[in-house]
Amino acid sequence: MDRTIRRGRTRTWPRWHRSLWYHGAFYLQTWRASVISTFLFPLLYLASMGLGVGHLVSAHTGLVEGRSYLRFVAPGLLAITAMNLGESESMWPVLGAVKWVRTYHAAVATPLEPEDIVLGKLAWVGVRLFFTGVVLTITIAFFGALNSWWALTLPLLAVLIGLAFAAPLMAFASTRESDASFTSIYRFLIIPMFLFSATFYPMSQYPGYLRPVVQLMPLYHGVALARSAAFGHAEVGSMVLHLTVLGGMLFLGLRSAKKNLRRRLAS
Amino acid sequence: MTSDSLLSARGLVKQFGNFRAVDGIDVSIERGESFGFLGPNGAGKTSTMRMISAVSQPTAGEIRIFGLNPVSHGPEIRARLGVVPQEDTLELELSVMNNLLMFGRYFDIPRKVIRQRATELLEFAQLSDRADDKCDNLSGGMKRRLTIARSLLNQPELLILDEPTTGLDPQARHLLWDRLYRLKRDGVTLIITTHYMDEAEQLCDRLVVMDQGRIVAEGAPRALIEQYSTREVLELRFGAEGQEPYVDRISEYAERVEVLPDRLLLYVHDGDEVLRAVHATGATPESALVRRSSLEDVFLRLTGRTLVD
Ligand SMILES: Nc1ncnc2c1ncn2[C@@H]1O[C@H](COP(=O)(O)OP(=O)(O)OP(=O)(O)O)[C@@H](O)[C@H]1O
Ligand SMILES: [Mg+2]
Repeated sequence: MDRTIRRGRTRTWPRWHRSLWYHGAFYLQTWRASVISTFLFPLLYLASMGLGVGHLVSAHTGLVEGRSYLRFVAPGLLAITAMNLGESESMWPVLGAVKWVRTYHAAVATPLEPEDIVLGKLAWVGVRLFFTGVVLTITIAFFGALNSWWALTLPLLAVLIGLAFAAPLMAFASTRESDASFTSIYRFLIIPMFLFSATFYPMSQYPGYLRPVVQLMPLYHGVALARSAAFGHAEVGSMVLHLTVLGGMLFLGLRSAKKNLRRRLAS
Repeated sequence: MTSDSLLSARGLVKQFGNFRAVDGIDVSIERGESFGFLGPNGAGKTSTMRMISAVSQPTAGEIRIFGLNPVSHGPEIRARLGVVPQEDTLELELSVMNNLLMFGRYFDIPRKVIRQRATELLEFAQLSDRADDKCDNLSGGMKRRLTIARSLLNQPELLILDEPTTGLDPQARHLLWDRLYRLKRDGVTLIITTHYMDEAEQLCDRLVVMDQGRIVAEGAPRALIEQYSTREVLELRFGAEGQEPYVDRISEYAERVEVLPDRLLLYVHDGDEVLRAVHATGATPESALVRRSSLEDVFLRLTGRTLVD
C-alpha cells in the first residue's frame, strides 16, 4: 500500500539536477566556440611541444626521466587542459551570470537555491572535464604515450584537477563587480603554474631552491597524478598528498562558492 | 498579521551596510487582490520586492507567503510565484523559444506542458514570429515582453511585477493590462511597482506609497486621492517673466500650492472658479489647465517629488 501511494505521487527532479541540466543544455546550444579551445589547443601543444621540442630534447640528451619527451609531456598537457577548462568556465561565465546578463538572478527566482546553482554548474563542468579527459586519453594513447592500465583513471583525474580550480575560482568570481582582477589571476597564477609545475620538464631539472615553490603550485599536484597514472608507478605517500591538495581545493572552493553565491544573489 | 493573508510582512527591514533601504514596513495582501507599491527612485521598492519574492533575506522582520516562512520554505514558495524583475535577466545567447523552454525546466514542468504554454505565451507577448531569433536581437520592449511571458510559465498564484511596463509602447502596455485583468479574474494575486500613476490607478485595488524605505500612505487609489488631495487641480504656466511674482498673490485662493520649476499647481475644489479669481488679480498665465486630482498629486504631496520621467 505504501508503495502505491509513493508511485501515485509525482516524483520531483532534485533541484541541483535542474541546474546541471540547464548548464548542459545551454552549452549544447552555444558550444561551437569552446570546442576549439578545449581540444585544438592541447593538440597543438602536444604536436609542437611533444614532437618539436621532443625532437630537440632527444637530439641532445635522449630521454627525460627514461621516457621520450612526448611521453613525458603528454599527461602534463592533460592536467593543463583540465585546469584551463575549469578556470575558463568559472570566471567570466560566472561573473556574467551574476553581474551582466544576470541569469543566476533569474534562476534564484525559481525553486532553485544558490547552492543548487553551484552544484549544477560544477557538476556540468565535471561532465565536460570527464569527456575532455576521455578524448585526450584516447589521443595520448594514439600517440603511444601510455603504458599502464592506470591510465584509465586519467578522465577522473581530469575531473578532479579541473574542479579543484573551478570551485575556488567560482567562489572568487561570485564576489566580483568587474573582470579587472581576472587578468591578474592569469598573469600571477595560471601562467606561472602553467610554466612552473614540472609540466614541460621534470622536477629534477629545477634548481633546489625552486622545488618547494613548484610543490606549492596546485597544478603540480595534478601533473604529478596524471603522470603517475600514465606511467603506472607511484609512491603511495605522494599520491595521498597530491589527492589531498586537489581534494582540499575542491572542498574548500565548493564551500565558499556556496556561501559567496548566496551572499551575492540573496542579499 | 492575519493568518489568512496570502502575503504578510511585519517590521520588514533591509539593510545594506549602514544604509537602510527598507526601514520597517508592514503590509498584508489578500488572495485575489492586486496591490501596488509606488515611490520615487530609491524608495526601496525593488528591495522589498526581492524580499517578498522569497529571494533576498530580510535583515529584520517577518514574512509569510502562502502561510510559509520564506527563510525556511523558499523553494516551495517560489514554485508558486511568478516574478518580473526590474532588470531583464534573459539568456541573451539563446533563442526566444529556448529562453522559455529552458526556464520552465527550473520548475520541473514536463517538457510537453512547457512547450504548449510557451507557444501560447509567445502569442500573448506577440513574439511568435520571433520565436527562433536570438534573444539578444530583440528590442528592449520585446525583451520586456519575453520576461513577462516567462514569469507566467509556472502559472503562478502570485505574480510580482517590478516596473513591468517600463520600456513598453502603449499598445504593449494595454495588452499587459488586459492580461493582468484576466489573471486577476482567474484569482491570481498581483503585486506591482510602477512609476505610471495611471497604471496604478487602473490596476491596483490597493496600494502603498513608499518613501525612504517607509510606507507613508496606504489605501485604495480613489481613497488616497480623496484623503491627500483636493477635488480639482489648476495648473498654471507663466511665460518669460516667470511665476515667482504671482505665487503669493495666488496662494490664498488654493488649499495648497505646489511650485514646480515650470508650473504652479493649485489644489482647489473648483478649478474654473479659482481660475476666474486668478485672472481677476491681473495675473496673466500663459496657459491654464483644470483637471481632476490624480495619484500623481498624492505622490507629490507625500514625497515632494514629481514623476515626470
Ligand atoms: N545591493 C545593494 N547594495 C547597496 N545598496 C543597495 C543595494 N540594492 C539597493 N540598494 C540601495 O537601496 C535603496 C533602495 O533601492 P531600491 O532598488 O529598492 O529602490 P527602488 O524603490 O526600487 O528604486 P527605483 O524606482 O529606482 O527602482 C537605494 O538607495 C539603493 O542604492
Ligand atoms: Mg526598483
